[in-house]
Amino acid sequence: MKKKDPSLKSIPANVLRDMYYMIVKIRKEGERIAELYPEQEMRCPIHLSIGQEAVAVGVCANLRKDDYVFSSHRCHAHYLAKGGELRRLVAELYGKKTGCAGGVGGSMHLAAPEVGFMGASSIVAGTIPIAMGTALASVMQGSDRVSVTFFGDAAVEEGTFHETLNFASLKSLPVIFVCENNLYATHSHLLARQPTNNIFERGESHRVPGVCVDGNDLLAIYQAAKEAVDRCRRGQGPFLIECKTYRWREHVGPYYDYDLGYRSKEELEKWMARCPVSIYEKVLLENGILSRKDVSTIAKEVGEKMEEAVRFAKESPFPDEAELLKDVY
Amino acid sequence: MGKDKKPKEREIKYWQAISEAHVQSMERNERVFIMGIGVDDPKGIFGTTLEAYKKFGKKRVFDTPVAENTMTGCAIGAALAGMRPVMVHARNDFMYYCMDQLCNHAAKWHHMFGGLMTVPITVRAIVGRGWGQGSQHSQSLQALFSHVPGLKVVMPSTPYSVKGLLMASIEGDSPVIFVEHRRLYDYAGPVPEGPYTLPIGKGAVVRMGKDATVAAISYAVWDAIKAAVALKEEGGIDVEVIDLRSLKPLDEELILNSVKKTGRLVVADTGWKSYGASAEISALVAEKAFEYLKAPIQRVALPDISAPTSVTLEKVFYPGAMDIISAVRQIVQKGGEKSVPLFESSLTAKTVYEREFSSLAQEKEFLGPF
Repeated sequence: MKKKDPSLKSIPANVLRDMYYMIVKIRKEGERIAELYPEQEMRCPIHLSIGQEAVAVGVCANLRKDDYVFSSHRCHAHYLAKGGELRRLVAELYGKKTGCAGGVGGSMHLAAPEVGFMGASSIVAGTIPIAMGTALASVMQGSDRVSVTFFGDAAVEEGTFHETLNFASLKSLPVIFVCENNLYATHSHLLARQPTNNIFERGESHRVPGVCVDGNDLLAIYQAAKEAVDRCRRGQGPFLIECKTYRWREHVGPYYDYDLGYRSKEELEKWMARCPVSIYEKVLLENGILSRKDVSTIAKEVGEKMEEAVRFAKESPFPDEAELLKDVY
Repeated sequence: MGKDKKPKEREIKYWQAISEAHVQSMERNERVFIMGIGVDDPKGIFGTTLEAYKKFGKKRVFDTPVAENTMTGCAIGAALAGMRPVMVHARNDFMYYCMDQLCNHAAKWHHMFGGLMTVPITVRAIVGRGWGQGSQHSQSLQALFSHVPGLKVVMPSTPYSVKGLLMASIEGDSPVIFVEHRRLYDYAGPVPEGPYTLPIGKGAVVRMGKDATVAAISYAVWDAIKAAVALKEEGGIDVEVIDLRSLKPLDEELILNSVKKTGRLVVADTGWKSYGASAEISALVAEKAFEYLKAPIQRVALPDISAPTSVTLEKVFYPGAMDIISAVRQIVQKGGEKSVPLFESSLTAKTVYEREFSSLAQEKEFLGPF
């Protein structure tokens, strides 16, 4: 079967398939964690990315292993998309010694520097300037690495977002600002916090170009990120990508929360109908990139890997009490 | 170098020792760079960054926008990517802006991720006391930063220690808040010509004594030396002066050993008394050497108020050698000896100071413009 969708032509088939595998894996991780969370064995606050997975996958598919990625409290998707090990993520949520941060960090502080995932901060906008710093280092070292920082729509309300755009633009630093605009900061709607919903334009006065893309359309995100990454590698400076998307579950925790009244069930259902995994799966099936059989094989494999990760996490030892004072300067 | 050959040294000023530490650190490691507001301007942070700028140019010594917190984050990122940034603030006061990146990020990054990464940044913070700098240009914030796990806090008092500790801070893997006192900049002392480091967390006994210990930091060490010389000459009291050099880590052993010997402690700090470094050091001694104390611990530090500008008010606000003398006298009763009134002006130009502090003999009044 031939590729029909013109937007698929420029993307190699293996990349398309890898991105599908990754988005399914991230979705599975989120859903399984949500199921297991009520067991009270993961004793840390967990911010799930269910509904927002396409952003992480579309951006990271354009990055090399040695490129730098930073994230926020909602970091599982970014960690996985950059290549972080699934079982070490799950072990971290369980506070185990085998976790990616030795059980010290927890859900909001994942890291895998061996694949360029340089860490996540639970201080809103905290890693925006830090990502810029890695970009500064890349320029000083004469490397063509690119840095990416993922953040939510509330982060653009912090001064450091604007200060970072200013300096990144001044020095033409290879850093890409990726805003996952999911409309809500905890329970507060964007329009209760900002005069207008135009985050992608916020770089204009700093001469940082921006685009707004459908954050549930993996291919649109991939294309936007590709342009941004190419620009950065050519030394043309920073770029801002706003991805409009939606968080299905509550701000923190495993449940749905439309009963709280700050957003409606209708709104949630509207977004769930535009599920980023289903949209992408449909495109691949229609264009013959994947068969139905592939889809079920992948689902099975991902499910097994997730179970294996959970088993690994549950069976792993806790850090020894004597380790409390480790890693102190 | 031959075994017997002593390293070449000569007298240079505190600011020149900082400048030399910069240049030699940058020569030794190409990943070291300096950034901050005004580091490449014609005055170059009271001269301390001029030589480095002249030698290494704007790629390695560059000005930044006035965005202290963001630029601190930038330094952290650069450090995570293998660089060794030195960030300079001409006043401590501007660092309140940086609290998030310093305390939530730089301090946490190593421990929070199970030791996967290190953040080798050095943040130079200058205490701007003098010439009516007032409430927002004169603060001494060491206690604030010492409270947060994951930061080292260094406060050298002499040209010798400032060079060795700055080079050690730049070479080390942890974030260091490097507090310099502007009043020390023109003080001279012997400094080896070549590169060297001093261990962070080690203080030094800068004057031996048996009657009382004065544990001091930064500029207060000079006041303590003045007080010790005067107390010896005028009242026969033998004061041991400890230069702590760093607050975090703190050289607990040095303080405790000295107090066990003298049985009396005065702590002299350049920051506020309330909840300050002097409180921490006093608590340490109360917890671990209480039975050796012959008298209550005394503290000489700033009153619980922000700095005034007027010269008359400034004079009462800042404690000095006289206050240390009074504090020592309060806890050391020397029977039968007459108490000679002392005046600040008569404290300088005394005969022999310890070598590192010999420039006290030529001490001049601090004059502006700043």
